[in-house]
Amino acid sequence: MPIFKDREYLRVELERSQDESLWMQCKACGELVFKRRVRENNNICPNCGEYFFLTAPERIESLIDEGSFVDISKPIVAGDPLAFIDSKSYPERIEVAQERTGLPSAILIAEAKMGEIPVVMGVMDFRFVGGSMGSVVGEQICYGMEQAAERKTPFILISSSGGARIQEGMYALMQMAKTAAVRERLARDAVPFISVMAYPTTGGVQASVASLGDIIIAERGALIGFAGRRVIRDTTGEDLPANFQTDAFAFQHGFIDRVVNRENLREELIHVIRFFQSTEKRES
Amino acid sequence: MSDERTLDLLEAKIRELQELNKMEGMDLSSEITKLETKLESLRAALYADLSDWDRVKIARHSKRPYACDYFERIFTDFYELHGDRFVGDDRALIIGLARLDGKPVAVIGQQKGRTTEENKERFFGMPRPQGYRKAHRLLLLAERFDLPVISLVDTAGAYPGLESESGNIGGAIAENLALMSRLRVPIVVCIVGEGGSGGALAVGVGDRILMLENATFSVISPEGAAAILWKDKDRTREAAEALQLTAGKLLRLGLIDEVVPEPLGGAHKNWPEVFESVRTSLVRHVEELQNTPRERLVEARYARYRNTGEFHTLAEA
Repeated sequence: MPIFKDREYLRVELERSQDESLWMQCKACGELVFKRRVRENNNICPNCGEYFFLTAPERIESLIDEGSFVDISKPIVAGDPLAFIDSKSYPERIEVAQERTGLPSAILIAEAKMGEIPVVMGVMDFRFVGGSMGSVVGEQICYGMEQAAERKTPFILISSSGGARIQEGMYALMQMAKTAAVRERLARDAVPFISVMAYPTTGGVQASVASLGDIIIAERGALIGFAGRRVIRDTTGEDLPANFQTDAFAFQHGFIDRVVNRENLREELIHVIRFFQSTEKRES
Repeated sequence: MSDERTLDLLEAKIRELQELNKMEGMDLSSEITKLETKLESLRAALYADLSDWDRVKIARHSKRPYACDYFERIFTDFYELHGDRFVGDDRALIIGLARLDGKPVAVIGQQKGRTTEENKERFFGMPRPQGYRKAHRLLLLAERFDLPVISLVDTAGAYPGLESESGNIGGAIAENLALMSRLRVPIVVCIVGEGGSGGALAVGVGDRILMLENATFSVISPEGAAAILWKDKDRTREAAEALQLTAGKLLRLGLIDEVVPEPLGGAHKNWPEVFESVRTSLVRHVEELQNTPRERLVEARYARYRNTGEFHTLAEA
């Protein structure tokens, strides 16, 4: 399959946890496929190769050495500093997301091994309020970087986020500056930071930490950009190319180092961290 | 603020009476005084209780002083620098060398246009990647020559368009955030109008964050929030309240350091007064920061951003 497909967006499907059926229909090819086979295949359609979302735990499982996972996330959950209410209150929204995902927030920080090399990894989960970055996601990313610096292991961030979390207002915007500041400390300490942009990496996350990796890898099918299609159309009325903000677009314009198929991501990350490990040895 | 029309009418009436008073030789002074008193009390009542949405409109007012007005009026020897050295010269983001209170500084300002023609040139004050990269190079220059940086923020946001996205606007913003977080010179930011999201923050990281009384600073515009969260673009008033985007509210939340007062009704009512308040405040902050050892300055800035965020810590089992 060609790495670059011309298309508007990757068609993805959230795995519905309430759905107990053993089969699911692929939105891309329409085929009914056995769910367990999809799972075993990294949530890739066994029939047509289309990607479905990976939850944060599934993503971690797909990347790390078996049995090496330790959840080192900080024990924190979202506050409600603005007492924000839209169609529902922000705390309610968080509760629903927690129930739906079984996660405390939109990110997990893991200590694990990849190819026997220890790493610290931050993995976002798009199901949780669109993977948006508020105070908790910002703090966890910073904490993960600090843990990586302390352990002298590479930091890997897998982004899957629509951007800043509106319900936290300016606190959310400030997480962009916060994560960028901590990223600079990591650079000062020469700790490798590999940023993986998955579907989607947009808005305030693309415009901060995700774009600051020493190496930036996009997963095939990622949506990468700052302002959304709708905002651009409403503001400028511009016609946008079909491949706008796709992995191919980001690659052609030089935002990212590589586009990698999901099934090869673990292998590539191991290659990169092994390379940095060898630079470390040379210095000491 | 439709009530502003009442004030305008009253003002016009007073002027008319003052003219008559001169020409006809008759004494209308008691009448005039009465109207003036009425005008003052009406004005005070109208502006005493501005809603957040009123302030959004004042922050966007087309007669408000813009960055270049400040550059000309509160700095001396403003010397503009051009271009990002790669793509071009973004007219929505102005950089230059100047003196504040006689001392050399580097300045950054986001600049809207006043006429249709000028707005076309300036992309309505919305910088593109080359604008942020122009600021980036000025920041490096400032660090090299130990110049304090003063950044005047006033934008609806980074320019959302094909050109911006092709030039990796997100990456350009990210690079500025990273650089400003560790730059070894004082940075004083003043939001003089609109602080629109990442496009404002990209030149809005510093040691002191000041806001004019009616300026706004927000993760998203009230229109954007209304469309996304309320699915109703007309509920902007509600969105403006909920976002807590005014100077007063952000000061209470501890996210900014100081509110610079504006004349009654907004900065557009009296430019000289605004210039004087902003100048005084900038001079004071730059002086304080200049007296701080660089290492401590950078550490304090780091701590400020590192500790920004509100969350609950769960009791460990």
